[in-house]
Amino acid sequence: MLRTLTHHPVARRAAAALATLFGVAVFVFVLLRAIPGDQITAALGTEAAALTPAQRSDLEAYYGIDQPLVLQFFSWLGNLLTGNLGYSTRSHESVLELTLRSLPVTFELALLAILIALLIGIPLGMLSASRPDSPRDAAGQLVGLAGLSIPAFLLATTLLSVLASNFGFNPNGQAFAPLFEDPVLNLQQLLLPSLVLGFGIAAPIMRTTRTAVLEVRSNDFVRTARAKGVGARRLQVRHVLGNALVPIVTMVGLQFGYLLGGAVVVEQVFSVPGIGRQVLLGIQQKDYALVQSTVLVIAAAFVLVNLLTDLAYRLIDPRVRAA
Amino acid sequence: MSHRTRIARSALATLSGATALSLVLAGCSDSGSSDGDGPAGGDLVIGVTSDPDTLFPWKATQFQAVNVLENIYGSLTELDSDMTVVPGLAEEWETSDDGLTLTFFLRDGVTFQDGSALDSADVVFSLESIKDEATAAVAASSLAAVESVEAPDEHTVELHLASPDASLPANLASVNMSILSSDDTEEELNGQPNGTGPFTFDDRVSSQSITLVRNEEFWGYPAGLGSVEFRVIPDESAIVSALQSGNVQMAVFDDPLVAQTAESGDVTVDPTAQLSYHALMLNATRGDLADVNVRLAVQCAIDRQQVLDTAALGEGEVTGPITSPAYRSDPQARPCPERDLDQAAEYLADSGRSDVTIDAIVSQGEYATSVNEAQNIQAQLAEAGITLELEVLESGAYVDRWVAGDFDAAVALNGGNPDPNGMYGRYFTSDGNLNAVAGYSSPELDELFAEGRSVEDPEERREIYRQISAHLEENAAWIWMFTSYSYTAMTSSVQGFTAMPNGSLRFLRTTALTS
Repeated sequence: MLRTLTHHPVARRAAAALATLFGVAVFVFVLLRAIPGDQITAALGTEAAALTPAQRSDLEAYYGIDQPLVLQFFSWLGNLLTGNLGYSTRSHESVLELTLRSLPVTFELALLAILIALLIGIPLGMLSASRPDSPRDAAGQLVGLAGLSIPAFLLATTLLSVLASNFGFNPNGQAFAPLFEDPVLNLQQLLLPSLVLGFGIAAPIMRTTRTAVLEVRSNDFVRTARAKGVGARRLQVRHVLGNALVPIVTMVGLQFGYLLGGAVVVEQVFSVPGIGRQVLLGIQQKDYALVQSTVLVIAAAFVLVNLLTDLAYRLIDPRVRAA
Repeated sequence: MSHRTRIARSALATLSGATALSLVLAGCSDSGSSDGDGPAGGDLVIGVTSDPDTLFPWKATQFQAVNVLENIYGSLTELDSDMTVVPGLAEEWETSDDGLTLTFFLRDGVTFQDGSALDSADVVFSLESIKDEATAAVAASSLAAVESVEAPDEHTVELHLASPDASLPANLASVNMSILSSDDTEEELNGQPNGTGPFTFDDRVSSQSITLVRNEEFWGYPAGLGSVEFRVIPDESAIVSALQSGNVQMAVFDDPLVAQTAESGDVTVDPTAQLSYHALMLNATRGDLADVNVRLAVQCAIDRQQVLDTAALGEGEVTGPITSPAYRSDPQARPCPERDLDQAAEYLADSGRSDVTIDAIVSQGEYATSVNEAQNIQAQLAEAGITLELEVLESGAYVDRWVAGDFDAAVALNGGNPDPNGMYGRYFTSDGNLNAVAGYSSPELDELFAEGRSVEDPEERREIYRQISAHLEENAAWIWMFTSYSYTAMTSSVQGFTAMPNGSLRFLRTTALTS
């Protein structure tokens, strides 16, 4: 029984995932402490020079950084296991509360960005593949290249400033509206950031689609289907695209995972209170508990998305299901 | 072939979908007004890049925290727009003839946000706690001369000093000297501020916004604004966009380039000279810099206006050590008011050193002009045969080294203070708490600073601080460069605000919005 359990692919994956998360925990803990400065200098800046030794040790006790590192690490880890992600000394809220507020925002943003990327990337990839090395292909590739090479911060800042100063359109200048409180304003506020992100992600999706479609199209079954008189639309969508989906889904899963890590730059420019900004603020303020736990949440999300991607293969491709 | 194209086209059409367009259109009609329906008087939205890192006034050093908290809390004295000390919670005060007792007479009828009345016990509690090391209050050293605080009656507080301290009334005018209710604790106040200021704390969404509303019970004229929201927009160019679309009506910038982009249409930008100053801090206890002639050579080799012009677009003024308006040092009163390479060579010859190398730390990202300043100074010193080795550090690493005093030289932007004793006493007296960082002290300076603290007469004080300024320059303790501006950007609807040289937003209380 135990033997079958340890050999079960799901159990093996779960164990690997846990090991990955532990590795991330150690890594982020050590890395964070390797950054010069601590919470005291982050909070007081150069004023920290005026602290007396007594004041300094009081503050160290307050921030909990007077304990040995090993103790700090295991008390954090122990708390995590009981669902306590720690307490942010800067915002005076628990990291769990903060994350429950920021993660859904990032999730929504990631979802919208992927949607936009698919809407741009797949048609563009199919357009390019429809006649390789033609002007049409070149045009498609050019858009893809632009998506890859225009930095998000440039596109974001330009969009924001042109729309705001010329059209007075700047929903992101208003206080952030959570999805369930004001869905209309919320979607407006996420429109530009997800467009910018989606445009960037459309490029790899477009390229993957193009390559996959070209490859599938040269298969015998496509010729057979065409010979049997399958309609052009059905042939392209059901037969060609359907069989080209596996690499595309892999790419989407990967990109979605990255997006859950928070699109720091885009969240920053558009004032979207997502998880990327939460980590960035935490790093700036040396808010150790906040950064450590949030990074771990992000890692867990990434692992989960990968797992779901694998499951998606089974739905798309009967061959994987059979294996 | 042709049908394939058609499919691709129809799929492409989806991305210019109707949903996206309708969202854009809806956004146009909805933007441009501040949201919420607060009390009458207008709801001002100020764009800030970060939210306060603490709501506890005794520990607030971050600019954003100070700006919020000084509108919620009150102190015994306050500063006027020209940095002179004016009454705050204390209606008036007097100093005994020997300068050892300072008596404050408290205002009547002042209440905290929670409704409790302010009395002398609150003042005693506050000042004693600030002085207590265990509190770790940042202004503790400003009360160093205070031996005891007593309350002879409900409305009177006496400060008994070990030695006279004429800078005390100015030092008390700080958010770090806020008078708290003796019933409150740091823990409570971090969640629910409780002050006596013109505004009261209303709401906070962590790292998104903090909202204050008018304090109807304020002891002075009630504020003109119904509410003030500090809205966090982390990117400065996004704040500019929010000003232009009217979502925020006010913002303060440090970077002249950003300020320039903000000025358009309905938005005006006003520069205000700042008390903070750019300097090349020298550590006179280390290496070649221990020789005064080397330091003087450095001073004579630098054209300050050139540093200002190349690094900061000329946006600022060359300065001597003291920047507060009432005591401002004459920037011409120094060994080499203009760059003088011959004089620099002479000083170097006097020092008997030929190959002078100075290591300087520079912060990357703490403020916009640091690296450019450093490179310009480096180039100028090279022409005088002095090598400046730059070590450009991430701001956290820079602060670590600065705090430890671990540098020969530091390209720095240091905060100013309305009172010259508050500004430099801590740096340049031998027992000052920043003397290790300053790297210079002398018996003459110790004596002058002590004298400055014991003298009340403004004219006499000015003369003493002129001498201190001259001493610092003649010994080239540091190389003072320039002060820069902060830029207040406001839409035309904002009226009655006065910017201050310390960057304070104290005059939000006189501000109003016209529709």
